[in-house]
Amino acid sequence: MRKVCTRILSIAGNVVTVKTSGIAYEELAEVSTSRGSSLAQVIRLDGEMVYLQVFAGARGISTGDEVRFLGHPMKVGFSYNMLGRIFNGSGQPRDKGPAVTENMIEIAGPPANPSKRVIPGRMVRTNIPMIDVFNSLVESQKLPIFSVSGEPYDELLARIALQAEVDIIVLGGIGLKYDQYMYFKKTLEEGGVFSRTIFFMHTAADPTVEGLMVPDLSLAVAEKFALEGKRVLVLLTDMTNFADALKEIAITMEQVPSNRGYPGDLYSQLASRYEKAVDFEGAGSITILAVTTMPGDDVTHPVPDNTGYITEGQFYLRNGRIEPFGSLSRLKQLVNKDTRKDHRAVMDGMIQLYSKYREAEEKRSMGFRMSEWDKQLLRYGNLFEAQMMDLKVNIPLEKALDNGWEILARCFKPEETNFRTELLEEFWPG
Amino acid sequence: MSRLSGRITAVNGNMVTVEFRGDIIQNEVAYVLTGGKRLKAEVIKIDGSNAFLQVFEYTKGIKIGDEVEFSGKMLSVQLGPGLLGQIYDGLQNPLPEMAREFGSFLPIGVELSAISFDRQWEFSPRARKGDKVTGGSVLGTVPEGVFEHKIMVPFDLYAEYVVEEVAPEGSYSVDKKIARLKDPAGKVIDATMTFDWPVKIPIDAYKEKLHPRDPLPTRVRIIDTLFPVAKGGTYCIPGPFGAGKTVLQQITSRHVEVDIVIIAACGERAGEVVETLKKFPEIIDPRTGRALMERTIIICNTSSMPVAARESSVYTAATLAEYYRQMGLDVLLLADSTSRWAQAMREISGRLEEIPGEEAYPAYLESRIASFYERSGLVRLHDGRIGSLTIGGTISPAGGNFEEPVTQSTLKVVGAFHGLSRDRAEARRFPSIDPLESWSKYGGVIAPEQIKIARDILFKGEEVSQMMKVVGEEGTSLEDFVVYLKSDFLDSVYLQQNGFDEVDAATTVPRQKYVFAKVIGVLRGEFSFKDKEEGRDFFYNLRHRFIDWNYKEWESSEFKTQENEIDSLLKGK
Repeated sequence: MRKVCTRILSIAGNVVTVKTSGIAYEELAEVSTSRGSSLAQVIRLDGEMVYLQVFAGARGISTGDEVRFLGHPMKVGFSYNMLGRIFNGSGQPRDKGPAVTENMIEIAGPPANPSKRVIPGRMVRTNIPMIDVFNSLVESQKLPIFSVSGEPYDELLARIALQAEVDIIVLGGIGLKYDQYMYFKKTLEEGGVFSRTIFFMHTAADPTVEGLMVPDLSLAVAEKFALEGKRVLVLLTDMTNFADALKEIAITMEQVPSNRGYPGDLYSQLASRYEKAVDFEGAGSITILAVTTMPGDDVTHPVPDNTGYITEGQFYLRNGRIEPFGSLSRLKQLVNKDTRKDHRAVMDGMIQLYSKYREAEEKRSMGFRMSEWDKQLLRYGNLFEAQMMDLKVNIPLEKALDNGWEILARCFKPEETNFRTELLEEFWPG
Repeated sequence: MSRLSGRITAVNGNMVTVEFRGDIIQNEVAYVLTGGKRLKAEVIKIDGSNAFLQVFEYTKGIKIGDEVEFSGKMLSVQLGPGLLGQIYDGLQNPLPEMAREFGSFLPIGVELSAISFDRQWEFSPRARKGDKVTGGSVLGTVPEGVFEHKIMVPFDLYAEYVVEEVAPEGSYSVDKKIARLKDPAGKVIDATMTFDWPVKIPIDAYKEKLHPRDPLPTRVRIIDTLFPVAKGGTYCIPGPFGAGKTVLQQITSRHVEVDIVIIAACGERAGEVVETLKKFPEIIDPRTGRALMERTIIICNTSSMPVAARESSVYTAATLAEYYRQMGLDVLLLADSTSRWAQAMREISGRLEEIPGEEAYPAYLESRIASFYERSGLVRLHDGRIGSLTIGGTISPAGGNFEEPVTQSTLKVVGAFHGLSRDRAEARRFPSIDPLESWSKYGGVIAPEQIKIARDILFKGEEVSQMMKVVGEEGTSLEDFVVYLKSDFLDSVYLQQNGFDEVDAATTVPRQKYVFAKVIGVLRGEFSFKDKEEGRDFFYNLRHRFIDWNYKEWESSEFKTQENEIDSLLKGK
């Protein structure tokens, strides 16, 4: 028999309190109001007092409403029928399709044993030169995309979803605007990858708390697929909204805030999600790309700062391009040695020259006289930005490397670059 | 003794409140019995008949009224032969065994024995019948890898005991009796090769603590030369993300000149631990000719594992390190990262509703950090041998700002500060230790006068470089420009080191002395150039040759040839 309470003692923020016994920590309950019902989760037990966060928000809840405990923690279905489906932040269908009730799995399961992980070594090709050439994405990597609001991070995520060589894509949206949601849906449908994508969509119109579940739902499903040998790409956007939802609940629960109002366990909360990125020994993998918008373009803000310590590098999206400086894929060394032998040299050589271009550009803007060498650099920089950095460029790695040599040859003499003679002989055009 | 038990009255995150009757001990281990599982927990606060416990597992599913069983023992680790080469979680559960038994995920509520009870060890007795012994005295030895593992009298036997009997030479498993001891009151105690020690209490079975004096060569030039670490000393490495803290610790753990390295991966990425634990068994330690793993223990409590176990993991690591120090060995404990450990304390303190200090860290943050680093030390053991434990901790300051509580509390208690800089990391200057901000209170391998010359050049060079940003190269005097070139030269050829190159990754002390003397020669040299262009060309040329020199095997013929080239270039000026 399930416990039912008909008296809500307190309502504060999105947290309600009831008095009952025999309830398990993190158990789910259903709150029925005159406006419909919502799931809620136990977040604190104190004697007979049970604190629940209500996913649909506490607005409109009456003290006389019914709280029915379900006797189990949050679960999500797992089935191949979920591919091509859209769910909300409670794991319920959003697309008018049937609910998935088979094979229910608990979300936020135990962490993977480090000794069952393998050293990552397979590249995920995206056909974006700034990623493939300069900061290769590696299977099982976790990388955030740091950007300010207004940057085309949705476009970038959608492009990676369309082009990445993976078996299954899980797209988790947290606090998205409705048009962002429609954009993803439309782009993935038109791109023909919809049938191998699972959406967990929480929009800004939905109650905040519901967004808290999205990463866990997405990753629990991804993990199951990975254990079945699938290469899964999880795209999350926007993790700053997730952190803000955590903050909201923490403040309601009167937790002592640590930094700018965020709870002291922000690092652990983010880490337990990002650390689900894994390459299992003898099975599949999970790769995570997550948009983290930086309030005020401030990388020392607690959310990007904590994220940076957790993830394996980051992509900075600025002025519609992936910045070569600051962006880093910590795992690229594991893959770029096996692609083509000029890969590493082109990667370093082109960036060094681009950094010199930036210096020359600075000199130019300050009105200093331009030497012949400076002019060469300016020419190089412009070509580099147009043919490598522009996010519209869509070419495989090998083509990008060839283009790199072309650009170099158009601007410099071989000895003006820093390449080894052996590479120059083989790759220098003409 | 009937086990004491209690009932859960509240659950809040990883903290539970338990109502109990009888006597319990602060920091004792208890088990929450829920859903057929036993979740390990530790008593962290007692108030009347309520005990507050931090649970080392996820608390999902715990109910009010669940039974809690108190063990009567403080949180302890098991000591004995067989620890080396192991990979443990923060509570000393062996992770590879876990994987063998439970598969890809860490099971909840499971404990495995830290060392094998089946394995046989070749025991050679040292003590004799009638010997007077006390905690830490050596009863015998067993070979463990390249080391002679000392079998000691358990450290909590503080009185003087008389040896009644010692097992003869032979093979024994760790739980077999190898000695019988009698205390002054005539009570007899049986000793085996293994015993427990509570992790939060420092091992003190030694005669005296000495002043750390001898440098500990890490073979990282900027550390050994400019900011040395002493055997038995402490140091910290704060740095923003991406500055290369973990890489620096990995390189140190490979090349450092100590007997044993204990790596505490505390709340960091699992991926990095995987690299260490998959590669170390393959890397041969040139000093012993055996796999590096044989001198290493990894305590791995990554960021996704429960936070309370993270708090304990650094103590687990410190206790294992102290145990090997008791054998007269030099041990280095690398903790990465102490900020995660401090954050774990903060989380627990918040749940206890303690009055928060700065940035919500508990008021006792400073004293906890201090007492952790105080577990380091150079000690004289009962039999006169010397052992040392050196502790190096990384810090991940929020926003990369060193003015935060963890960095500041640590700086008060450590002997050396290796501050990493984001600017240097982004300019790809590795190791990215800031040569202007860092310091060390220990004496190093290089004479202080030489160090002073080098540091003066670095400071002046920085001044000139700042000035040049305003007035441009044109506005700088040739004299100042040469100072700038010298400082850039010192940085490029000596302070930077290529961690991916086999030779350059590790520079021994004799080589450091030799090369640094030559670098000092250049720094002191009076050069006359007709213009800046000529000066720049000369120094770039010299730099190029020096860097090539760094890649040559020490004392090889290529090393000599390259040196001659440098000498002739210098003579020309």
